[in-house]
Amino acid sequence: MITLADMLTLSGILFALAVAGIFLNRKNVILLLMCVELLLLAANFNFIAFSRMLGDLTGQVFVFFVLTVAAAESAIGLAILVVLFRERRSINVEDLNTLKG
Amino acid sequence: MNPHLLIAIPLAPLIAAVIAGLAGHRIGRAASHTITIAGVAIACGLSLYVLKQMYWDGVGTFNGPVYTWLVSDGVRIQVGFLIDRLSVLMMSVVTFVSLCVHVYTIGYMSDDPGYTRFFSYISLFTFAMLMLVMSNNFMQLFFGWEAVGMVSYLLIGFWYTRPSAIFANFKAFIVNRVGDFGFIIGIAALFSYTHSLSYTTAFAAAPHLAQQTLPVFGGVNALTLICVALFIGAMGKSAQVPLHVWLPDSMEGPTPISALIHAATMVTAGIFMVARMSPLFEHSSAALSFVLVIGATTAFFMGILGVVNNDIKRVIAYSTLSQLGYMTAALGASAYSAAIFHLMTHAFFKALLFLAAGSVIIGMHHEQDMRKMGGLAKYMPITAITCWVGGLALVATPFFSGFYSKDAIIEAVGMSHRWGSTYAYWCVLLGAYITSLYTFRLLFMTFHGEERFRKVHAGEGHEHGHDGHGEHGGHGVHEPHESPWVVTVPLIALAIPALLIGYFTVGKILYGNYFGSAIEVLPAHNVLGRMAADYHGPLQLALHAFLTAPFWLAVAGLFTAWLFVLKRPDLADAAAVKFAWLKRILDQKFYFDWFNEQVIARVSRGIGIGLWKAGDQGLIDGAVVNGTAASVGWLGGVVRRVQSGYLYSYAFWIVIGLAALLGWFLVHA
Amino acid sequence: MLVEILFYIFATLLVAGALGVITARNPVYSVLFLVFCFVNSAAIWLLVEAEFLAIVLVLVYVGAVMVLFLFVVMMLDINLAEIRQGFTRFAWLGWITALAVIAEITGVIWRNGLGGVDVGRGFVSEPANYSNTLELGRVLYTHYAYPFELAAVLLVVAIVAAIALTLRRRPGLKVQDISRQVAVRAEDRLRVVKVSAEKRS
Repeated sequence: MITLADMLTLSGILFALAVAGIFLNRKNVILLLMCVELLLLAANFNFIAFSRMLGDLTGQVFVFFVLTVAAAESAIGLAILVVLFRERRSINVEDLNTLKG
Repeated sequence: MNPHLLIAIPLAPLIAAVIAGLAGHRIGRAASHTITIAGVAIACGLSLYVLKQMYWDGVGTFNGPVYTWLVSDGVRIQVGFLIDRLSVLMMSVVTFVSLCVHVYTIGYMSDDPGYTRFFSYISLFTFAMLMLVMSNNFMQLFFGWEAVGMVSYLLIGFWYTRPSAIFANFKAFIVNRVGDFGFIIGIAALFSYTHSLSYTTAFAAAPHLAQQTLPVFGGVNALTLICVALFIGAMGKSAQVPLHVWLPDSMEGPTPISALIHAATMVTAGIFMVARMSPLFEHSSAALSFVLVIGATTAFFMGILGVVNNDIKRVIAYSTLSQLGYMTAALGASAYSAAIFHLMTHAFFKALLFLAAGSVIIGMHHEQDMRKMGGLAKYMPITAITCWVGGLALVATPFFSGFYSKDAIIEAVGMSHRWGSTYAYWCVLLGAYITSLYTFRLLFMTFHGEERFRKVHAGEGHEHGHDGHGEHGGHGVHEPHESPWVVTVPLIALAIPALLIGYFTVGKILYGNYFGSAIEVLPAHNVLGRMAADYHGPLQLALHAFLTAPFWLAVAGLFTAWLFVLKRPDLADAAAVKFAWLKRILDQKFYFDWFNEQVIARVSRGIGIGLWKAGDQGLIDGAVVNGTAASVGWLGGVVRRVQSGYLYSYAFWIVIGLAALLGWFLVHA
Repeated sequence: MLVEILFYIFATLLVAGALGVITARNPVYSVLFLVFCFVNSAAIWLLVEAEFLAIVLVLVYVGAVMVLFLFVVMMLDINLAEIRQGFTRFAWLGWITALAVIAEITGVIWRNGLGGVDVGRGFVSEPANYSNTLELGRVLYTHYAYPFELAAVLLVVAIVAAIALTLRRRPGLKVQDISRQVAVRAEDRLRVVKVSAEKRS
């Protein structure tokens, strides 16, 4: 029988890998976006695990909304990326330093 | 009593002042003086009517609000009137003298370009003074107090193109600020104890306050502190030593103002206030001793300065200081009735003296130096006679009004057993000699002896500023002339009470319990009560005076003045040479001005510059304002490195922050 | 028992896929690894009886979002060499942070006991006639109707935003302006000229 601990540990590992991915792929915006997707996936694992254990569907409803938001986020993120690439011919994060004060 | 009637008393002069002040140019000079005189006449008539109602018809005290301005935290700030026999007496005196001065001004200011402005100011002053005396709460008292101070400021600097006038009004303003600071501290202290601004509450709390100790200066009695603070206000307004320095300089204002504000009414506001607060002062012997000593000192030492001055107005100004000192000494001896009585008689005879001096100044074509007068009695008989009446009243000649009040003060101070009363007694007693000396000197130098104005002092500089408007070109020989009727009628109108009012009212006011509950005197302090036992009518009192020390001191003063001024003027010069050091001290007015300007003003300026340089520029601007900006800038410079602008570094920080937050929860949760 | 074995298999594959996502040299591989991760996740969700979400994950994520990623990655001409430069510069920080996060999460789970929740408890299976989709729909369309509408609006906004961002207006492109065509009036285009008759020569 799958236990809560199994699910939580899995989600923790997934989360940690996603975090590590952000550091490793710090130059590639697309990969950063993908790592964010992984982070959200890890969070969703937790939601589902607790929802199932507590017998409360609210957690799954929340996952549903998280998926919605994540889809919207990646759509807009990719759109921005496309615009960016058109402007700069690059998606190198090191070129994106116009925020610098 | 009808409150609407009472409201009309201060409002009539106010409305007149507003009309004359704002529309003066449009309605013209005649209309301006007509309307202001009408306003003051209404106030005077109604005041006398209220006096009649209270005294003869037995109408009781009126004490109530007429308008609530605002209520804050249960404290009602309102306009209210307390009309008892004390305030109604003050109202009558103020409005009567004000009326005389209004009429007199028509003649005195006839060729002044600021004619309507002047009328507006003096009407405004009448309003403010009435608000002060009619008040039933401290807020309105303070309003009136400041308002009369403001009008005084405006009028001292009436000829604002003259640098000396500007200096004088500036000085009056600053010195009065010192007093007002004490005054407002007194009011605030009283308020913090009673949480009310009304007189009634404050008076009821007085015995209780006398038991309280305030944790300042190592613990002082609360009531003593309050009373002394209030009296410091009175010291500023009533020009007591050492806050007297502004009053002689205030003679820069037009003479009617000197008569009305700086002799008869405004400067007595402090006396009135202390008498009004008698239920408070009575419970603090320490404060009364302070009052007594200050008053006696002023009475004696300021009189001496009158002896050496040659400016006719300044001599009278020093005389005013001295007489205010007498009143204050009477307050200190718990003889409040005597102080108010002297206030009233003094208002008449001193206003008379000032107006007579003004008349002389007109007659002499704006010459104020007594050394250039002499023998004027021949040319201006009415002025001379009325001035003599005022002078005799001032030196307390028996049967004159000043005699009854001043003698009572000297006797009351003598009978008082308060700390400092022996010193005070000698001061006021010797003051009688000094008073006589400078008064007769003034009268002799002005009206008798050699006609010195015939000597043309070519090229000689003038010691004092001229009370002049429309200055005459040269200083050749002017034939003196009697003044017009608008000047002489007020002189006569004031001479009558100056001569008679003491005789008819002394029994009632001093010994007849006229004030009733308006003035509270503890039985132990009641010197006037003890004096009343020896009172057998004004006639006996006057006859008895021929056997007393003050009378013979006054005679001695007369003789001295006669000797030095008329008989042997060369003796005076010889004495001036022999006692050069004394003369120098007196010429420097005991070095009060020197001390104020060289020490207080310099130290204040030094402190100010120090605070400006170190406190404002160094600490506030440098450390606080620029320092804040600099440290924020420095911190920003440090933190800015974090804001590299690289997306990944923001992501790093987010993740690291998240990990740190999680760790913190893990440890602490 | 079978469920557990399957769970461990899928979990291992999931972790491996995630590792692949973050370490793959080519972004296309990364996307494909991510697809792999999502599929495995869906399988695990199925095992814990969250069937609807598992299906949604496959349909929406794998079917739409990941395809979008793939499109973008392939469309953009990415200089891989430049992207890979400095790959290991912050790697130590990444791994330390990852380890710290793992330690923290396991610490939360095991040491604090989640506030009295027994983490060792297994999931109780629902009855055979239980429909996850039905129950979820029941909640979603009643209790969460309003957030559901908001989510729909959010998606519309995202669509509009994505289109607006990427829409490219090329100058000089010949396009039809329908409204101007409709609004045109006869006198703008047609001029009737009166021509006086000429004399026959």
